[in-house]
Amino acid sequence: MNGGHDLGGMHGLGPINPEAENEEPVFHSDWEKRVFAITLATGMLGKWNIDQSRHARERQHPVEYIRNSYYENWLVGLETLLLESDLVTSEELASLQIDPRHDTAKTVRVPGPQDVPKILKKGGPATMDTDTEPVYGPGVPVSVVNHNPAGHTRAPRYARGHKGVINAYRGFHVFPDKSAHNDHQGAHIYSVRFSAKSLWGDGASDGEDVFIDLWEPHLEPVAL
Amino acid sequence: MPHDGHDHTDPPPELALRVKALESLLIEKGLVDSEALDVIIDTYEHKVGPRNGALVVAKAWTDPEYKKLLMSDATAAVEGLGYFGRQGEHLQVVENSDQVHNLVVCTLCSCYPWTVLGLPPVWYKSAPYRSRAVSDPRAVLAEFGTVLDDGVKIQVWDSTSEVRYLVLPQRPAGTDGWNEEDLMALVSRNSMIGVELARIPEVAAS
Repeated sequence: MNGGHDLGGMHGLGPINPEAENEEPVFHSDWEKRVFAITLATGMLGKWNIDQSRHARERQHPVEYIRNSYYENWLVGLETLLLESDLVTSEELASLQIDPRHDTAKTVRVPGPQDVPKILKKGGPATMDTDTEPVYGPGVPVSVVNHNPAGHTRAPRYARGHKGVINAYRGFHVFPDKSAHNDHQGAHIYSVRFSAKSLWGDGASDGEDVFIDLWEPHLEPVAL
Repeated sequence: MPHDGHDHTDPPPELALRVKALESLLIEKGLVDSEALDVIIDTYEHKVGPRNGALVVAKAWTDPEYKKLLMSDATAAVEGLGYFGRQGEHLQVVENSDQVHNLVVCTLCSCYPWTVLGLPPVWYKSAPYRSRAVSDPRAVLAEFGTVLDDGVKIQVWDSTSEVRYLVLPQRPAGTDGWNEEDLMALVSRNSMIGVELARIPEVAAS
């Protein structure tokens, strides 16, 4: 979707103004810690995948997405996921009182403190099995399809319609454009190199390239 | 809602209350375990952080065999040091040289190699960095005080997939014979994202 999250190439968002590395805390307040931890812990219930959680954050009004702090966007995404997975009802979320008739804990296995290190350590590899061969090889010129889906996509706007060259094959991974909509499909994935000039025009520097990971359905062949 | 020039702020009191109420609701419903939340926070506040990445880099600087493995299969090379898990399942290392400088961004969200760097800093997740790292990387680097020679090519890696990128900075001159521990002190988090170079020894000592 062409949402507020798709920021590559935007102007006017101000200076970066980084905090000094040795002075910046991991979290800036207690509520950030709790939002972070609740998001990870509820993610472990298996009701949604990482692509659905990204899509839940990016579906906000673009003004809200850009105005919110990072963990505010996580909180919005978390509430959306809790509602859409029916773990929590909208009445419960509004009143912050539990509805005893809506007992969702029995539908999930809730990890305890002893389970957490194992789950975090295990991670969640994105690789899937396939019988298919990748269509493109290193050095092959491609262009990014000019698509504008209303749903989730990991092909950023600034790359669409532009020509690049396959840098490397990365494997067969879950395809987020489908997975975000609960359709567990995979696709071959490539690192694709774009010259800054091809992305941004003649004003761009000669000495800059941008590499983007793109899935096969994002790409089409181009004539040399 | 920046008020101090950074992309974060003291929360409005209602936000902190809302989060507290949501946590209470979920605990009461039996959907989260409060102690499990504490373990998650402790892991990323105290256990997983850029010291992990600094060890990877120091090893690559001192052990050619390790570097070879790191460049060909970073996930395995890093797992060999005990670092594997969430947001580090598919790692790729990109190496700086006299000719090439690498910079990592996630324009669409905040993808970052947690296993070797921990959680990303605020600026990495902020709109100013995400918008301009791909379109004007030299100006972005200058905002971190990093100025490259004109002849150095910049490669920007937009982390759009589950592949996570770690920059292998150049080993600073004057560090011949240094041990791993001393070299690690030169490897800043920012140098592994690519917004800075590794610290030079005189500066690190002062």
